[in-house]
Amino acid sequence: MSDITKQSLSELVKNIKDKKLSSEEVTKAFINRSEKSKELNAYITEDYSSALEKAKKFDQKPNLELKLPGIPMAVKDLFCTDSIRTTAGSKILNNFVPTYESTVTQNIWNEGAILLGKLNCDEFAMGSSNETSFFGNVQNPIDKNLVPGGSSGGSASAVAGQLTPITIGTDTGGSIRQPASFTGTVGLKPTYGSCSRYGIVAFASSLDQAGPMAQNVKDCALLQEVISTYDPKDSTSIDFKRNEYSKELSKNIKGKKIGIPKEYRVDGMPQEIEELWQKGIQYAKNCGAEIVDISLPHTSYALPTYYIVAPAEASSNLARYDGVKYGFRAKGENLTDMYEKTRSEGFGAEVQRRIMIGTYVLSSGYYDAYYLKAQKVRKLIKNDFDEAYKKVDAILTPSTPSSAFKIGEKKDDPVSMYLNDIFTVPVNLAGLPGISIPAGHDAKGYPLGLQIIGKAFDEQNILNIAYAMEEKINFKNKITDWWIK
Amino acid sequence: MIVCVIFKYHMNIDLKTIKHISKLSRISVDEQKAEKLADDLNSIFKFIEKLNELKTDNVVPLTSVAETTLKLRSDEIKSEDIRKQILKNSPQDNEDYFVVPKVIE
Repeated sequence: MSDITKQSLSELVKNIKDKKLSSEEVTKAFINRSEKSKELNAYITEDYSSALEKAKKFDQKPNLELKLPGIPMAVKDLFCTDSIRTTAGSKILNNFVPTYESTVTQNIWNEGAILLGKLNCDEFAMGSSNETSFFGNVQNPIDKNLVPGGSSGGSASAVAGQLTPITIGTDTGGSIRQPASFTGTVGLKPTYGSCSRYGIVAFASSLDQAGPMAQNVKDCALLQEVISTYDPKDSTSIDFKRNEYSKELSKNIKGKKIGIPKEYRVDGMPQEIEELWQKGIQYAKNCGAEIVDISLPHTSYALPTYYIVAPAEASSNLARYDGVKYGFRAKGENLTDMYEKTRSEGFGAEVQRRIMIGTYVLSSGYYDAYYLKAQKVRKLIKNDFDEAYKKVDAILTPSTPSSAFKIGEKKDDPVSMYLNDIFTVPVNLAGLPGISIPAGHDAKGYPLGLQIIGKAFDEQNILNIAYAMEEKINFKNKITDWWIK
Repeated sequence: MIVCVIFKYHMNIDLKTIKHISKLSRISVDEQKAEKLADDLNSIFKFIEKLNELKTDNVVPLTSVAETTLKLRSDEIKSEDIRKQILKNSPQDNEDYFVVPKVIE
């Protein structure tokens, strides 16, 4: 089978279970393609030789009852992996080798999957284009001049480019859904508390969630089923009854009420996005759903709220990088000088910017005016969703206000970069699940995504809606393999 | 009202403020970098100040979306001697301690 890397996760699992493919064959195929794809710069750290060893070991005594039997996969370099370097895309963690494993990745290995390597991302997941990574920007398999989105840009690029059948990312303000939308792939940001944060390099702890990224909704559901577990090691992990999302996946969404929030029709939104949204509404109707107009009145306050809450939490979380316990250390004349030089040389510009914003809004005299104010507005944003969900089962919006932009285009203008996350950020602030599915192309042929937002813990419902709409949309990603010589 | 006054007063983040924040953040900042940071932060804060349009006097701040109380754990030691693991990534090698520049003369 020469087209192994073109197969979906579900096909690969079936072929391994039917013994038509061995784990070694599958692993070799993805390693070969990854090695030919260095130009994309999707990987930060490769772990190919031990991946092959693990695959051979799996084949000797295959446990075919597992959900990801012998399936190779790469993961975002924000998940701590025992004995494998974990950088978070930062110089300050360039030499950091964890001595423990994140719960989410442990869950994946427990189901038989094999680590291929660690994928590029924006530094500490702060970015929307993967351009803030210490390890360089990532190219979008759709077009070499395009960003793959961010912060899970390496993850999105690797799935779209078929360097890995599936992957996991993290999403603090849109970091799974926006890159999924930019690369024509599927990405789910689960309910806050659904996937353990233990062992994930922290950015903004009240917003961070890990989630699956895949080529289709079914694969995404299967991976979500594997990674979502209650974990006492994460004090905000929530103990609720989790579905077997892939088994309970259904295209029957007849009578489901889907809300269309008028506030998402923002000024300056390209006509193509509006048309895509209208097409999405039609697809949902064709699936038997009922469309309901709703209002989320505080939508325009979500981004300003996010840019107080997230940097505040980041400034606190990133205080641990002091050159003492692990990571990069610069030489200093005394202890304070060492701290200041380590952090100045170890963090990139965007991370420094956010630490400073966060420090300022939390500092004496400004806490009430900024941080407390933002927490109050966050409550209003959550109330909007609570109110809407009295009338509807889910909400349909575009995933992003535009298709992928060019590398370098927004690099020097932080606010215009932040505006990218206008449709995804409210979901994190309210702790809700959201999924982005590819739904069409713009005039340039670049993919566009639609987002389905659910009630808390209602992943099954939005997966079902996405599954039903996916069939009607019948999206085909335009990947030409331009980077393979 | 006080809130509005503070916002108006600080709409302009000057170099002195940047120096102060950089000290609090333990990030050294030279003059050139300070000017760029002041520009960036001013444009970001201009954007953030949109929140002043909202009256929030009676709103209870949201501190966590997870509407559960934190669970108590029994006070048990679960890890064995992990000193070696903890020191493994230390930038300056030592068997027993983290080593830092001299603090006491």
